[in-house]
Amino acid sequence: MAASTVEYGVSRNPEMGPGGGLVASPTAPFDAPEPELGSETMLVNVGPQHPATHGVLRLVVELDGETVVKVVPRLGYLHSSFEKLGEYRTWNQVVPLTDRMDYLAPLIYNCAYVMAVEKLMGIEVTDRCRVTRVICMEMDRIFSHLLWLGTWSIDVGAFTPFLYAFQQREKVYKLHEALTGARITTSATRIGGMMADLPEGWTKGVREFADNLPATLDEIHGLLTCNAIHVGRTQEIGAISAEEAINHGLTGANLRASGVPYDIRKDRPYYDYENYDFEVPIGCHGDCYDRYLVRMEEMRQSLRILHQALDKLPDGPMDVEDPRISLPSKTDCMSDMESMIHHFKLVTEGIPAPAEDCWFSVEGSKGELGMYVVGDGGPKPVRWRIRPPSFVNLSAIPRLAEGHLMADLIVINASLDIVLGEIDR
Amino acid sequence: MSSPAPNESSAPQAAPFDFGVVGDGPRPSEPPAAVQAGQSDAEPLNASVNALRERFPGAVLGNEVCAGDQDVVYADSTQIAEILRWLHDDPDQQYDHLADVTAVDHGGGRPLQVVYQLWSIPGKRALRIKCELPLDALEIDSATAVWQGADWLEREVYDLFGVRFRGHPNLRRILMPDNYAEGHPLRKDFPLRGRFSRAEQTRRALTQDPEDYYAPGEIGGRVPQTVGDPSRDPSPALGQADDAEAGGPSG
Repeated sequence: MAASTVEYGVSRNPEMGPGGGLVASPTAPFDAPEPELGSETMLVNVGPQHPATHGVLRLVVELDGETVVKVVPRLGYLHSSFEKLGEYRTWNQVVPLTDRMDYLAPLIYNCAYVMAVEKLMGIEVTDRCRVTRVICMEMDRIFSHLLWLGTWSIDVGAFTPFLYAFQQREKVYKLHEALTGARITTSATRIGGMMADLPEGWTKGVREFADNLPATLDEIHGLLTCNAIHVGRTQEIGAISAEEAINHGLTGANLRASGVPYDIRKDRPYYDYENYDFEVPIGCHGDCYDRYLVRMEEMRQSLRILHQALDKLPDGPMDVEDPRISLPSKTDCMSDMESMIHHFKLVTEGIPAPAEDCWFSVEGSKGELGMYVVGDGGPKPVRWRIRPPSFVNLSAIPRLAEGHLMADLIVINASLDIVLGEIDR
Repeated sequence: MSSPAPNESSAPQAAPFDFGVVGDGPRPSEPPAAVQAGQSDAEPLNASVNALRERFPGAVLGNEVCAGDQDVVYADSTQIAEILRWLHDDPDQQYDHLADVTAVDHGGGRPLQVVYQLWSIPGKRALRIKCELPLDALEIDSATAVWQGADWLEREVYDLFGVRFRGHPNLRRILMPDNYAEGHPLRKDFPLRGRFSRAEQTRRALTQDPEDYYAPGEIGGRVPQTVGDPSRDPSPALGQADDAEAGGPSG
């Protein structure tokens, strides 16, 4: 088994309770009788416009003093009905909708969608395309984890790691731009290939990014991992056992922090992931600190995959050579009548899919990203369903946060790594 | 593949240059016969399919293999709770991870399919269970007793398709507002831009009461503190929010 367990190198200051509060007050106790306090709970509305909710999440929190009695997440403020919109578009026209769901890791969504459609249609993409997509997905896993790391550190009270993480993210933005022309809304994939071949020098840029990232990770590791405030605020906070985590449908780093080595790249390998050498980090406490350790380690493992993929990136065509799927080259279109007609027919009519359904899931940055596509023989989906990992992860927040302090709720929410574009869709 | 080619003669013809982006609702997707024909008895790749047939002889209506290697079982919707419980608990099955609950509306008045996507973490096996529900009886047992993760997934199916899950602890809308009165958006008879006019949608959005932002009963006897609009009476009975059919508040 290629799972490695992350372990606490440090533990909480014994004078601090969970959440960082002092267990024993250093001052002399105050002798006056306890004042009569009302037993009424208080209702606090967090969000939808609140920096600590990572988007337009709204939490209705019932508080007893500072202790959370009940959390009711209210969703839908970013609902865009992508699944309905997809039913009016041809299979290729859906691609731009996918990256708008998870704008923190757009390439993973682009890839997962076309991989599901290709499986439905029975298309085998070229070797170059497979390795390119692995590079894209691993790069965006790091891209998403870096954002999580930055916002997470802000939520536990550290500002510097945010700046370090965003310096590195900027490099990925530039790589996105070089690859697709867009920084966030990449729309990089097409059925049967990519929108274009890799630009000149792009792999060199990726390698440079992969070479420089460990230094930043080490720096952030030095700032956070043994930091007394960070440790005090995250250890024993929002802990969940393995059985409960599975029962709640948690996936990704949140599940692995509880000690379940479920990683789709290992359990249901796609795109030759079984031939890449990497480990799946798992935690043993299932608390916020373990989720932090697991994600930090995942970034390093993704770098390993990235290096291996860059080493074996083959030459050759990017798109499948099937005129029913791939467009003719632009030069041909402009000089050859048949190619022009071919291009016109493919774009206006779309690619038909068989009257079947197909479920395909990849290990996204937030968890199991499933795509369920149903075809009817025509060029448009009957149903296009996304299994949103952070939607299901977020549904466990009442279980994780109830009984903790209000300030811990913010940390727990940050530790789940949610993105609202995908929760509300 | 087990499903026959769609019947060409009854397939609706799209007008030339009609990209279908604006319209009254999507066309029915395929001839009605094709979905039913999918319930053949293909040779399953997953041993759980045959085990399921043995354990629930009457409840397995058919099975097929989709997209090359994906096993799909059509199950009787009245026994779905026992089937899911057995698949979760039986030591030979151990489908402990409920990946997804969703629904598919094929349009044209055909039954709506509720789809469960299961995965066994110890056994590394996937299984898809489908239940067909006629459009006039969209009710099925909830899976929340087996997997707590089914809670929000079922709420979403209820919200977007109108399937009622019996025994669900908190069956409310989740993505659309609680007082959304236009129906269930992912049904094929639902037009892309909604049932109400743009003006009516705007009017409703602008006349929301503070109570509409909370679920009925969620704020108990509390009176929400409104800011900036003293003319608005914050005291009417809660629970009114559910009654959206009665028209928006007069505000």
